[in-house]
Order: sequence, then structure tokens, then C-alpha cells
Amino acid sequence: MEVVAVSVDSPEQSKDLQKEAGLTYVILSDLNAEAIRKYDLLHSKAGQDGHDVARPGEFLVDSNGVVRWVNLTEDFRVRARSEQFLAQARQLK
Amino acid sequence: MQRKRNWNIWIGFLLCVVGFLSYPFFFAQYPITRDVPWATFLIMAVGLLFLVSGLRRAFGRPQEYKGKIAGSILGVLSVAVVGLFCFGVFYASKQLPKSAGAPQVGQKAPEFSLVDTDKQQVSLASLFAAQLPATKKPPKGVFLVFYRGYW
Repeated sequence: MEVVAVSVDSPEQSKDLQKEAGLTYVILSDLNAEAIRKYDLLHSKAGQDGHDVARPGEFLVDSNGVVRWVNLTEDFRVRARSEQFLAQARQLK
Repeated sequence: MQRKRNWNIWIGFLLCVVGFLSYPFFFAQYPITRDVPWATFLIMAVGLLFLVSGLRRAFGRPQEYKGKIAGSILGVLSVAVVGLFCFGVFYASKQLPKSAGAPQVGQKAPEFSLVDTDKQQVSLASLFAAQLPATKKPPKGVFLVFYRGYW
């Protein structure tokens, strides 16, 4: 399994976060919200200084490029838990 | 007779503030106290109980206890702090776009190409083409996690 995180943060910001938190997964920078728009996750003007950000959303994609699981929270405090990810990963044989 | 200091009012107010701050700085990090903020509510509830008892002393036995003025001010502030937290938790954090056009189970995940932290282009296809260091095989699946970032 591969875990990939996407936000509008710059590569530099994400690199700092990666170092600070000791993260090992891939962090991608979507400065212009291209991918975020394709996934219809744009939360316009929700950033601190009014810029566009992604609303939280998690997807599991299989090796055929097909979505196998989606989690779109209705409350940005409540995100997918690691147990959910692990359960989904086990199902994907 | 010297009137006693009404500590319950101050303890109650302090607990409301501590409860409020405990969420972003501590409890929000753990899903068990994040999704339903019961621990924060518990601290605030104890705070409000202290406050009520302090106010009852101040207004019920004013010859014995101080705190009519301080109690009124801190009472209003405490309720405001608790109210602000409730507003955040029950309303503000739920203001999210519907995202009806997001890819659904069984649909093809849209391709994208973005830069990683080393400014290398990474696409969905390239992720499936590359070997994982642990298994020396391409991944069976990719978890895509979109998040708000620093905003």
C-alpha cells in the first residue's frame, strides 16, 4: 500500500511538516488546486487568509485506478481513522 | 466580619478556559477525544458546576462570601467560552462543501500530476508503476488523503 497526502501547501511547507512530524509517506503539493478540483474537494476561501483549500477527503484506489473506498467527512474535525485504513487495506487483495 | 474569598467562581472560570484550550492543544490529537469531544465537555461541565456553586454562595450568603461582581462577569465569560466551543463543534466545523462530484466507489480515480516535497512530479500512474521499498513490488492500492493543510 502507498499513502499519499495532498494539500495546497507548498513543497517547502510540506517538507517542514514531514521533518517535524517524522512522516514517511508521500506528500504532494497542489498549489493551484488542480487535483483537488478534479476530485471536487475544493473548499473555496476557507483558508486562513481567504485562499482556497481542500476539504478533507480520503480515497482508496486499486492498481486498476478504480476507487474502492471513499470517506467524505461532514465535519472537518472528524477524519478517517487509521483502523479504517487498515481494514480497507486488508480487504484489498 | 471579613467576607470569604469565593474561590469556586475563579476555579469554575479557569476550568472553562482550560477545557476550551485543551481541545486544540491536546484532545483533538486523539480520535477518541476528538470526534466526540466528551473530555472537553466534562472539564467545562465541572467548571460550570463550580461556577454555579460560587454564584449561589455570592448571592445566597452575601454576608459570608464575596463574588457578586466578579461572579457575574466571570459567569458571563464562562458561558461565552462554552458557547464559542459549542458553536465551533456543532456548527462551524460542519460547514463543508457537499463534494457531490467526488469520485465514487467503482469509478475511475481522476489522474493527476503534482510535485512532492523534493519537487519531483508524481502522478497516480507513476505511484502504481514504482516499487515500494518494503516489498519491492508496486503497491496494490494507494490511499489518497486530501487535507486542509496549514491554511
